[in-house]
Amino acid sequence: MQRSSNILGRLDWVTVILWLVMMIMGWLNIYAAVYNEQHTSIFDLSQRYGKQLVFIIAALVLAVMVMVTDNKLWFFFAWFIYGFFLLLLILVLIFGNEINGARAWFSIGSFGLQPSEFTKFATGLALASFLNAQRQSTGWRVMAPATAIIMAPMVLIALQPDMGSVITYFAFFVVLYREGMSIYVFISAMLAATLFLLTLMLGNVPVASGLMVMAVIALAVTSGSMLTIKASGVMAVTGGLSYLAGHYLLGLDIAVIIVVAVLLAGVVYLWFIYRQKLKMPAVIYAFLISGILYLFTVDYAFHNILQPHQQTRINIMLGMETDPYGEGYNLNQSLISIGSGGFLGKGYLNGTQTKFKFVPEQSTDFIFCTVGEEWGFVGSVVVIGLFVWLLLRLLMLAERQRTIFIRAYGYGVFGLFLGHFFVNIGMTIGVMPVIGIPLPFFSYGGSSLWGFTILLFVFLRLDAGRSEYLG
Amino acid sequence: MKDRYANRKYLVMALVLVAALILVARLLYIQIVDKTYRVSAANNALRPVPQYPARGLIYDRNGELIVYNQAAYDLLVIPVQTSAFDTARFNQILGITMEDFSIRMKAAVSYSRRAPSVFMKMISSETYALLQEELYRFPGFYVQARTLRKYTRPLASHLLGYVGEVDNKLIARDRYYRSGDYIGISGIEKSYEENLRGTKGVTIFLVDVHNNIKGSYAEGRYDTVAVPGTNLWSTIDLNLQEFGEKLMRNKTGSIVAIEPATGEILALVSSPSYDPELLVGRVRSANFSMLQADTVKPLFDRALMASYPPGSTFKIMNGLIGLQENVIRPSSLFSCSMGYHAGSLTVGCHSHDSPLNLPQAVAQSCNAWFCNAFRNILENKQYPILGEAFDHWRQYLVAFGFGNKLGIDLPNELAGNIPTRSYYDRYYGKDRWKALTVISLAIGQGEIGATPLQMANMAAVIANRGSFYIPHVVKKIGDDGSPAPLYMQKYITGISPENFDPVIEGMEGAVNGGPGSTARGARLDSIIICGKTGTAQNPHGKDHSIFVAFAPKDNPQIAIAVYVENAGFGSTFAAPIASLMIERYLTGEIKRKYLEDYVLNLVIRPDAKE
Repeated sequence: MQRSSNILGRLDWVTVILWLVMMIMGWLNIYAAVYNEQHTSIFDLSQRYGKQLVFIIAALVLAVMVMVTDNKLWFFFAWFIYGFFLLLLILVLIFGNEINGARAWFSIGSFGLQPSEFTKFATGLALASFLNAQRQSTGWRVMAPATAIIMAPMVLIALQPDMGSVITYFAFFVVLYREGMSIYVFISAMLAATLFLLTLMLGNVPVASGLMVMAVIALAVTSGSMLTIKASGVMAVTGGLSYLAGHYLLGLDIAVIIVVAVLLAGVVYLWFIYRQKLKMPAVIYAFLISGILYLFTVDYAFHNILQPHQQTRINIMLGMETDPYGEGYNLNQSLISIGSGGFLGKGYLNGTQTKFKFVPEQSTDFIFCTVGEEWGFVGSVVVIGLFVWLLLRLLMLAERQRTIFIRAYGYGVFGLFLGHFFVNIGMTIGVMPVIGIPLPFFSYGGSSLWGFTILLFVFLRLDAGRSEYLG
Repeated sequence: MKDRYANRKYLVMALVLVAALILVARLLYIQIVDKTYRVSAANNALRPVPQYPARGLIYDRNGELIVYNQAAYDLLVIPVQTSAFDTARFNQILGITMEDFSIRMKAAVSYSRRAPSVFMKMISSETYALLQEELYRFPGFYVQARTLRKYTRPLASHLLGYVGEVDNKLIARDRYYRSGDYIGISGIEKSYEENLRGTKGVTIFLVDVHNNIKGSYAEGRYDTVAVPGTNLWSTIDLNLQEFGEKLMRNKTGSIVAIEPATGEILALVSSPSYDPELLVGRVRSANFSMLQADTVKPLFDRALMASYPPGSTFKIMNGLIGLQENVIRPSSLFSCSMGYHAGSLTVGCHSHDSPLNLPQAVAQSCNAWFCNAFRNILENKQYPILGEAFDHWRQYLVAFGFGNKLGIDLPNELAGNIPTRSYYDRYYGKDRWKALTVISLAIGQGEIGATPLQMANMAAVIANRGSFYIPHVVKKIGDDGSPAPLYMQKYITGISPENFDPVIEGMEGAVNGGPGSTARGARLDSIIICGKTGTAQNPHGKDHSIFVAFAPKDNPQIAIAVYVENAGFGSTFAAPIASLMIERYLTGEIKRKYLEDYVLNLVIRPDAKE
């Protein structure tokens, strides 16, 4: 018992208490979200709040189980765990149950288990283990396999397809960033994700134009005004001439003209850069060209390779298809319910939107509506504050590690919580497209609660035993 | 080990703070700054109210209205909004008891306290008028307008069909329908449902916490307008239909009348029938159970769904096929000595002159003549084996529309039955059957079955001398529309037009010939009717009387099949009914009052024995 009390002594209780507080707040809000007068007992097991209580108790058990393990287990079995959950992701594609159009669930009696929620911690472990062995060497020989570790579950989950979960895996790029991935690759990845969404939402021409404007601004910032004027002039003249030629002489499609114009302008511009022996403009230009090519590829792939129903699904995911009973309506309802909360909220169990059940998925992905409506701005800020506290605490814990393994894993946990926190709350208030991912510890559901609990407690266990030699 | 990238933690930390800041700023905006959400804090719930379009009207071929809509009202209740009110007065208006009231209220409460549910369906306009004046005294109750079908005359119930509520199975399958919606369940109402129903609209209202309507949501941006249903013009002549139904009163059977040149059905009578108003509104389910339990089966549409052996009317087909296959001639003579005799087999016949040629044999319905003709068809030397000749015989019948559904624009049509070669091969062994084995087919008895619709279509083909349009009951979809494309397509049967002449001559003789002709009771002085009697053998009782005809002989306007069950020989009852129908349609009046009275006064019990 000496050892386990040591562990308890070194356990980061601040995080544990934050975890408990969030779970209890989530449970109370689920009760409010699915409240009805026939079943008023919060312990009623036929209702979601009753079930969530069971999930919470199971999560406590899980947490204890994780705490009594040995750090070496997670370190040495990282790859085995990763492989095991990848296998589950393959199996769920074959044997899983289709719910809401995605083959993402194993049914065990009346409970469903969603393997993609658990793959997150496995991916974090594998990535950390891999980076630990690299000792912060950052060439593409390191970063390419690291990216592959992140991409493997993404591809499998994309096949379900559960695009919401896929997007959360981008959070692991925070780990790569912290462990030395080139800032440019990092920016590229972020840019790629942003461009992907922007292209589908706004169309390729406006996004391409936007990129060009940004390139000019970047040039101005990095290279001084004289050079910017010259470079922009060179580009604008070449681009404009080739646009006019394409449009009036050849009668080409607008998209084709833009690509040709940019490429032509680019060639002239490259020659200009070469003459001046400039490095920064070359980099900016490379970003611009690859960005534009990428967004045209996305656009083409979306409209010509995907089936119409897949397009619709993505459009709905992006909140682009407005339909009075569809996603546009959901967002509107969500905004009304949170917006109507005001400064102090309507009070617990007094949310009219919540009671009338106008917001779909209110106990799962849209749980924040209940917070916003019944607890108001104050309650919302408290919840956001709790998350910020947790996130900064996780950062602090990660930074105090002496091994790259634990730090990298910690950053993975941090990244995932940050991603879920921002995207989930963001979508309920209209700053992010509607993407169906849960709010950690708040949303109803066993798989996500357990997945997040394991994710967190493996880190807390590693942190508690940080002085142990992992070898 | 040196941590070369330790400084990067600051950017990550900044990322957290920026993310939180964005969320807080946005929350600050929507929860505190933006007035629109604060205003809607009081009235922020939405209530989508479906807007039901009027169902399309149905006219007869002359533009007379048959089916239209009447307003009806569903009374809805939202239990939480009700407060103490004068239930006695309320019940008095609705005509319900206190007990009934509690049952309905309990049902509504158990559905939902806050959502509206139907308290009472389809209140009449009279009750609604009373209720509307005092509705303010009954908080929590409100009405929703619906439309119900209304009929100008109590006619053509089988043809028109009825409308009822959608069932859950269909709601699960078809996204258009919601619980409580109406849908055509039989007849034209079913087969033209998509035209008649129109498109539902929806108006989304903002309602406050007390569910009072505060106005339209988003200035009606998400509202859709209801599109009324398309009107249909039926091919039915409502006057002829009414006359046919009158003639068939107290009898079991059916009448199908077709305009040969177009395939348009002029009258479609199935008797016994029922008043279409019985299956409208609140009384529908009770009346439906009552009609379903009735032993004379008034819901059963005999014109399309009853298959009988065609009897002697089928001799026409064998005559036509024989001529087309060149195995008989119009002048072919066969003798008859009270029947057809071949070895131990005898097919009996009545007493008449002998020998006869084809027209005479049709006119006098000689069994022996057609047994010989049928044997010639099957023992045709042109084909190596008898089975092949049989296949050809069957192909002609199929081309006439026998043995398959004709494809009328009404649900539940029966295919009838023309036996196949493989059927006899299975029954007797492969190629181990002969013409004599299946000789009863010569006179339309045996394994053969045809619906009145198919027989009327046969009469239309003969009137057209070889071609037809699929019989249909809707001639215009929409006030300036056309029939469905299927019904504008001409079908040919493969019998040459000249081969119809001797058969038509025989049918003319049957009605207008001298002694020995079978259907003189159908004769009309002013118009030449061509017809053929038949008797369908009935194993359960007295035989069914059949008559098929068309008129006038030149430029035919109407082809008709009449079935009277349990009435015995075709000449007795079916022929005069057909004759009256033709007179009524072609002259617009009945000169032969005595014949009309004779038919009207006939009562034929469905259980009549021989």
